[in-house]
Amino acid sequence: MSVALWVVVPYIALTVFVVGHVWRWRVDQFGWTTRTTQVLESRLLRLGSPLFHLGAFAAIGGHVLGLLVPKSLTEAVGVDEHLYHLVSVSAGTVAGLMVVAGLGLLLARRFTSPRVRRTTTRADRVLFTVLAAVILLGMTATVGKNLLGGGYDYRATIAVWFRGVLTFRPDPGLMADVPLIFQLHALSAWALAAIWPFTRLVHVWSAPIAYLWRPYVVYRRRTPLGVRR
Amino acid sequence: MRVMAQVAMVMNLDKCIGCHTCSVTCKQTWTNRDGVEYVWFNNVETKPGVGYPKRYEDQERWHGGWELDRRGRLRLRAGGRGKRLLSLFANPNLPDLDDYYEPATYDYDTLINAPAGPHVPVIRPKSAITGRDMAITWGANWEDDLGGAPEHAPADPNLAAMVEKVRMEFDKTFMFHLPRICEHCLNPACVAACPSGAMYKREEDGIVLVDQDRCRGWRMCVSSCPYKKVYVNHKTGKAEKCTFCFPRIEAGQPTVCAETCVGRLRYIGLILYDADAVLDAARVADPRDLLEAQRRVFLDPDDPEVAAAARADGISEDWIEAARRSPIYRLAMRYRVALPLHPEYRTLPMVWYIPPLSPVLDAVTGMGADADDPDNVFHAITDLRIPLEYLASLFSAGDTGVVAGVLMKLSAMRSYMRARTLDGSVASDLLESAGMTAQDMEEMYRLLAVAKYDERYVVPAAHREDAAALSAQVDGCSLDGDGGPGMSGFHPAGVTGRRGDGRVGLKLFVGRGGAA
Ligand code: HEM
Ligand code: SF4
Ligand code: SF4
Repeated sequence: MSVALWVVVPYIALTVFVVGHVWRWRVDQFGWTTRTTQVLESRLLRLGSPLFHLGAFAAIGGHVLGLLVPKSLTEAVGVDEHLYHLVSVSAGTVAGLMVVAGLGLLLARRFTSPRVRRTTTRADRVLFTVLAAVILLGMTATVGKNLLGGGYDYRATIAVWFRGVLTFRPDPGLMADVPLIFQLHALSAWALAAIWPFTRLVHVWSAPIAYLWRPYVVYRRRTPLGVRR
Repeated sequence: MRVMAQVAMVMNLDKCIGCHTCSVTCKQTWTNRDGVEYVWFNNVETKPGVGYPKRYEDQERWHGGWELDRRGRLRLRAGGRGKRLLSLFANPNLPDLDDYYEPATYDYDTLINAPAGPHVPVIRPKSAITGRDMAITWGANWEDDLGGAPEHAPADPNLAAMVEKVRMEFDKTFMFHLPRICEHCLNPACVAACPSGAMYKREEDGIVLVDQDRCRGWRMCVSSCPYKKVYVNHKTGKAEKCTFCFPRIEAGQPTVCAETCVGRLRYIGLILYDADAVLDAARVADPRDLLEAQRRVFLDPDDPEVAAAARADGISEDWIEAARRSPIYRLAMRYRVALPLHPEYRTLPMVWYIPPLSPVLDAVTGMGADADDPDNVFHAITDLRIPLEYLASLFSAGDTGVVAGVLMKLSAMRSYMRARTLDGSVASDLLESAGMTAQDMEEMYRLLAVAKYDERYVVPAAHREDAAALSAQVDGCSLDGDGGPGMSGFHPAGVTGRRGDGRVGLKLFVGRGGAA
């Protein structure tokens, strides 16, 4: 059971994530978009989308710090457990609140604006459900355990297990005694990874950073097929 | 000097009767699909009026086009690159559907299915977006022929700059129609604003297009175009715009909107221009110098040096020859009667307009004077501040002298040709005041009044050997993919015309999106 949840599930999700992206990139460039709905409803989006996105970036950054950077490393640069806990809980709570508020607004407009509602696809419904689950479980864990509760040092268990999954040395034993709420949060996140390539979330990989140094006006000349500049 | 060719258009506004044939045929060709119900690549608006979308010319609000920063450099009016990337999550300058209008259809089923009864069945308007009952309260040309103008027209941004306000009284006002398509600008703000690099200007003919496979739905082009001629397809989440009917242009044919124009007021031809001079022209300090700056970018195809440079830059002989016969070059450069729309946006637009003389003639008649007397018209042109100031705010960044000069020329042409036709006399004073030779005057008259199909449209076909590559460039035009033309009309579910799901692409990603 433990192997199924903490080894098989992650690798299935990761496989679907990778293969799904490659497949979609190759067959569905036309569908690779944010599928913007701002023309249909602007008022709530103007508030909700920046809240959600900025919160999400902060949360993602926090996860990278918490999961990928080993505890020994932060301690080596002089960040002790107390300081780490203080920063991660406070920043995590703020980011989490932004994400929750933002997602709340985005969901509200999907329900209250008939125009947005009609353009909502099946993929959107699945995405918003899973996304909401991941976020609410994560918030409950952060607020319930780490802010109000006694605190849980996930860097000694979950983070080590997560790095193990990524480096193909998974140790399911590490997850056995992790509090249920953290376990559920991790499982829901794998679900999100598995549906990711089939939803509008693919827009994340198209973040247009190259725009910062590109010449303003793009010309395309008749060139042999496939060659573009 | 780097010579490039551009297909350009001129519209003679005196001839536009506002029949919307151009809009309708364009729509049937390009935007008769789900997701773009509200989109008109070609629209005709009544001026004075707020236009489509509402008040699109108010750049204080929409921040479209370019501006100069403090050091005189060009910058998109919506801000620098970093600032705009940060506003990707929610674009503060994006019009929403209500700024365009909510498109409607009717539940035609009722007409067919109503049981026999004493009353004629009544059908109701349904929103083409939501399928719900709706009241139709706005449209792409709601103010047709100044309908509702006393209420709405004062919101026309062009009136804000005027000293005296236009009086929207039935007998004291003036009006004309303004057909608009994408300007296929030399310095396109839409292309510059596209974060993905999906929008591009074709080097061989200057047509500005959206690569549907590369567009990621950041919708920055929509707000950055000061003419609001890029639109969001709310079903695909991608941008679409006027294509200058590139498949027809490549085949040497005029655009659909030009071909079908009943007033025969559109001209299409080539302009050779110096691509290296574009940016300098776009950043001249005084907006009133932009017109002349843009004219200086255009090259004279009869100049042997220009022709040689064009050849060196790979422009073929038949294209250079077509540029020599271009009606656009003659109207904009030789006779100088065509003017760009809103040059102050600094995009160097390439669809130009011959400003209408009729508002002035109407005013002369309205004052009880004879509009056929050139003296009356000349006086009216200079005295009638209102139409002149209004036209200047559209076509010359407020410089009334430029518009007055064009109107004088058009009026001189009328009088000159009348005298010539009636008694064969040559009014040399009129030639002098217009600064034209008799031959120029008669050729201009011919081009404006009687020009036939191949004089109005001088479109060289794309080279056969390149045609395949040209079309292939546009891999995935808006015709492809889910909701391409021919796949459906737009009808909410349950109403006649709803199609079975004949979609292409991936079923997974389309649920009830739009009316699919
Ligand atoms: C990488 C930088 C990103 C950019 C530039 C970006 C930009 C956008 C844009 C322009 C939209 C469309 C908004 C609209 O007009 O309707 C959007 C929607 C969305 N984005 Fe992002 N995004 C980014 C990253 C992310 C991340 C990391 C996530 C979450 C994991 C995310 C989740 C979403 C969701 C769920 C929507 C749909 C919102 C709705 O329609 O209700 N995005 N994003
Ligand atoms: S008028 Fe056309 S080319 Fe110019 S900025 Fe707008 S969409 Fe782009
Ligand atoms: S050129 Fe073609 S696409 Fe553009 S407005 Fe005219 S008919 Fe429509």
